[in-house]
Amino acid sequence: MNIVVLMKMVPDIVEELEIAPDGKSLDLEAIRPIVSERDDHALEQALLLKERSGGSVTALAFESRDVDEVLFTALAKGVDRAVKVSAGEEPLSTAEAAALMARVLPGVPNLMPADLILTGCQGIDDLDGVIAPCLAEHLRTPYLGIITGIETKEAGHATVYKEFAGGSRGQYVICLPAVLGVQAAEKPPRYVPVAKVRAVMKSRTIECVAAPAKEEASQLAIGAMTKPQAAGRAEMLEGDPTAVAAKVVEILSARGLA
Amino acid sequence: MAGNVWVLAEQWRGRLSDVTFELLALGRELATGLGTRLEAVLLGKDAGGLAAGLGAADGVLYVEHPTLAEPNPEAQCHALATLVEARKPHALLLPLSNVSADVVGLLPARLKIPLVNFCRDVTVADGQLQARAVLYGGKLEVTLAVPSPAVVGVLPGSRPASEGRKDGAPAVEDVKVTFPAEARVRFEQYIDPAPGDVDLTQQAALVSVGRGIQTKDNIELAEELAQALGGAVSASRPVIDQGWLPLTRQVGKSGATVKPKLYVAAGISGAPEHVEGMKGAELIIAINTDPQAPIFAVAHYGIVGDVLEVLPALTEAVKAKKG
Repeated sequence: MNIVVLMKMVPDIVEELEIAPDGKSLDLEAIRPIVSERDDHALEQALLLKERSGGSVTALAFESRDVDEVLFTALAKGVDRAVKVSAGEEPLSTAEAAALMARVLPGVPNLMPADLILTGCQGIDDLDGVIAPCLAEHLRTPYLGIITGIETKEAGHATVYKEFAGGSRGQYVICLPAVLGVQAAEKPPRYVPVAKVRAVMKSRTIECVAAPAKEEASQLAIGAMTKPQAAGRAEMLEGDPTAVAAKVVEILSARGLA
Repeated sequence: MAGNVWVLAEQWRGRLSDVTFELLALGRELATGLGTRLEAVLLGKDAGGLAAGLGAADGVLYVEHPTLAEPNPEAQCHALATLVEARKPHALLLPLSNVSADVVGLLPARLKIPLVNFCRDVTVADGQLQARAVLYGGKLEVTLAVPSPAVVGVLPGSRPASEGRKDGAPAVEDVKVTFPAEARVRFEQYIDPAPGDVDLTQQAALVSVGRGIQTKDNIELAEELAQALGGAVSASRPVIDQGWLPLTRQVGKSGATVKPKLYVAAGISGAPEHVEGMKGAELIIAINTDPQAPIFAVAHYGIVGDVLEVLPALTEAVKAKKG
């Protein structure tokens, strides 16, 4: 079972996000990039599959700020190869990235055909496309998303579990090779000590490949980017914890809730 | 005249979803604004009877096939792509639910038409659709023109479902679609959770924890407040993903939809996927260190502070009040 995991960097939304002077895009200089949370789950799921059934896992990402740390962390967690794809300075929309990735993958030495391509089922910036289904269509492979479990007992097929609402899941069989969008790995993503990542930085290398020229352009043109103007806004309670707690209890009492 | 506005009539396990009616209400506004028809597209097996609930549409296109009995993005995408290519609608509105989200990603890629994802609202201006979409977990919004044709992924809550529930059976057209002989994706069965320790939907008070709770051990602070209030602890996705609480405690798109008398959102940012499951609570009190957190847009009362300090203070105050 050879697995490719696609990872991408997104802004850490715990931090304040600033709008660029053009009024239409994110100020990328001001963000703190982190790996997309669902992609981290996809990586964990790939490592769990490798531990159960053998094979290899390759982590692959477009070059961007701090991506080396993410790829070295993936190596420290147990992936066999880490590949960084350089595609120029211009940020790629999701649809553009998927189209370009479909042309990059066949050119990476000794990578394709992979049995499974895993990535997060959704990114927080997926405005014009979603990477997994876009890639599946470009590669003409089957796709299923919102996946929370994968079993590969039968040659040529995988049994996968898709999440619905209220804790219900659907069990599906999908022909391989396939692209799967992972919602959550079967276990929380593993932790790897910083010291181990630093050791890997000295002993392992990230393979670098250059993407072909971009041919596809996003079909969307953003008119304006703004911070949400809330239709309603909470009445803010101010003071130290004891003071706000007293105010909350007043509110609850008035409603018969305390 | 513009092509028609289409809405995917999502059905799951024999019922039309609430989001279907929300989209019908939205779709009606758009069709009226464009001067065109609103058509619902219903996919299923032995599901034609559900068309009777789609009275808000001017017509229903129904595709029947065994592979459409349960959510199967490959089959749904094939059916929709066939219909779109033949009939060329102006836009196709799809719900961003766990049942339909895969189709939202697949269909535009297959048809090579634009996707406008994460839409909170769509309107008509100067004869063209305009979308307002949320990005980065709800922290920023973008406005943009929707090209035609396009697939529009709409977040739940765009319109009240009640506005899309209309009596009067629309005309139903059975459309024949030829499917591939071999399905690449096959549905096997549902796996429903064992009855949980707590039924979140039956709780009068929920203390819900998010990423701001920081560690599994800190959940005890929420347990203590929930106990004082006579309620239960629930959580947003990141807490469940960490394995700190079971899936049965999740509120939101993949979890429960709750409407308690009191919902305390402790350290929850308020991503659309979470808000979808709790916005109907009678009283929402949010605690977050980030004054810009989107949760404050849906909460009735907000506290900018650290949940690790505010939760114990609240517990003490509630206990003192109750004596």
